[in-house]
Amino acid sequence: MALRRIYGTETEYGIIHHGVKDSNPISASSFLINAYLSKTSDPGVGPNSPRVGWDFIDESPDIDIRGFAPIGSLPPEIEPNLVNAVLVNGSRYYVDHAHPELSTPECLDPLSLLKWDRAGDEILINSMSAANEALPEGEEIIIYKNNSDGKGNSYGCHENYLISRETPFGRIVQHATTHFITRQIFTGAGKVGSEAVGEKRMEVPFQLTQRADFFEEEVGLETTLKRPIINTRDEPHADPLKYRRLHVIVGDANLCEVATFLKLGTTGILMAMIEDDFLDNRLKIAEPVYALREVSRDISLEAPIRLEDGKTATALSLQWEIFERSDKYINEFGFENVGGEIALKVMDYWEKVLSALSSNTDQLFGVLDWVTKKKIIDSYADRHNLGVDDYKLSALDLQYHDLRPEMSLFSRISAEKLVSSQEVAVAIENPPAETRAYFRGKCLQKWPENVIIANWDSIVFDIGDQNLHRVPMMEPLRGSAQHVGDLIDNCETVIELIESISERSNN
Amino acid sequence: MAEREQKKRTTSESDKSTAESSELTATRNEELSSELDELLDEIDEVLETNAEEFVKNYVQKGGE
Repeated sequence: MALRRIYGTETEYGIIHHGVKDSNPISASSFLINAYLSKTSDPGVGPNSPRVGWDFIDESPDIDIRGFAPIGSLPPEIEPNLVNAVLVNGSRYYVDHAHPELSTPECLDPLSLLKWDRAGDEILINSMSAANEALPEGEEIIIYKNNSDGKGNSYGCHENYLISRETPFGRIVQHATTHFITRQIFTGAGKVGSEAVGEKRMEVPFQLTQRADFFEEEVGLETTLKRPIINTRDEPHADPLKYRRLHVIVGDANLCEVATFLKLGTTGILMAMIEDDFLDNRLKIAEPVYALREVSRDISLEAPIRLEDGKTATALSLQWEIFERSDKYINEFGFENVGGEIALKVMDYWEKVLSALSSNTDQLFGVLDWVTKKKIIDSYADRHNLGVDDYKLSALDLQYHDLRPEMSLFSRISAEKLVSSQEVAVAIENPPAETRAYFRGKCLQKWPENVIIANWDSIVFDIGDQNLHRVPMMEPLRGSAQHVGDLIDNCETVIELIESISERSNN
Repeated sequence: MAEREQKKRTTSESDKSTAESSELTATRNEELSSELDELLDEIDEVLETNAEEFVKNYVQKGGE
């Protein structure tokens, strides 16, 4: 039986600091995030409240069968140099390497995650305004939601899927690899030029994805060098005997909501089929690293991929196969198994998008990023009679991802929306109700002075006695509004909260 | 939701669905081309003035 799935994304944004000599992306990223934390009136991070940092302590891998209970004090450790904050909506907002990065709170379905992913983009936009108000005249920080600088440097948009520990990892590798290679036809954010080693930039005028050039291995632990299609980081941030977290590093950051929704939704359904061992071996791709690049470079969507059984198939036909299997799976196991009505929405969009890719790709303008970007670039080149190597086309590529509302090309088109701006506004201020992110966010809203530090699977409180109180949250489905909503509402002080949790765990 | 029917996507079926949606597609294509025209009219106002310098100066450190 497939798991109730938890979804999350981690997005590293591109950052430029104009108007300074020798700009430093690390200090620019810190400045950006600090400007947001100072400006925002969120109680947890407002100027008059203590800031809540990220807790780097690893939980012991012992099972905490209580799932949700206080234990004694542990000294919190804080990364001294880099900004690393927890937000009232349950997100983590920090400087990673030389980029601002935002990790969404844990969400229970892909539509919910889309809301918090969009909230993340808005938080970056708000941070940009706050930073630029605070910067001296003539300086400006600009944020881009893309994955490459066009010069061989890449930064990621990672997806996370909680999966059952019982599922054999080899099975995940086999089926996820085929999906990750072929889903590029709708997840790609589009890119002008090649950044692959040994290839000239303009040998590839346009490709489907930002990221395919950077993958060299099939399976591995790396994320910055020799990147693998399947990343093996085993850090579930949850009970490790029950759960595994599939950390997907191969995807692009999307601006089109439908692309984000399908990237997460189709992969979630695939994970359920893998857990229930519903898939056979027919769709195994022979040379995955090569195929990943070939699919990204094939804007006709007609290139054959070699399968292990000697046959060939296009990425589009393999996606139809995975779609058909998903349809069959849902008929047999029910929609409830993969997220209820939202899975139905995933299936409808999946079918609609594959149909359009099979007939008239233009219909996907404003629906998929690569189609939208390509259409803008091609039309502009036509109108001004530009060659494929004209810098203006690369400039359009970058400016598609510019998050400044007045400069972003994406924001000038009427893209298909799946969530309203009101829903996004709510997601900036509040955590999702269905997971432990609710407990994290609500405690930060209500008792910002008492939360010393937090991370995915615990919160440390200072309630004014001699000890610090760590509340572990090893079970991501607990700590939801249903589970702790009344508790949080009924406790006036944090002391009451900690006492109530102690009583619960002792009973 | 078990009633969701199985669909086999043969060439003839996808041709049929293409034909059925051709009217819709025509409308969508018109909308699209007028939207694109509008975007292309105003794009030079926002496009960085020195495209070559802008592209060359967009340098990031690798992340992840």
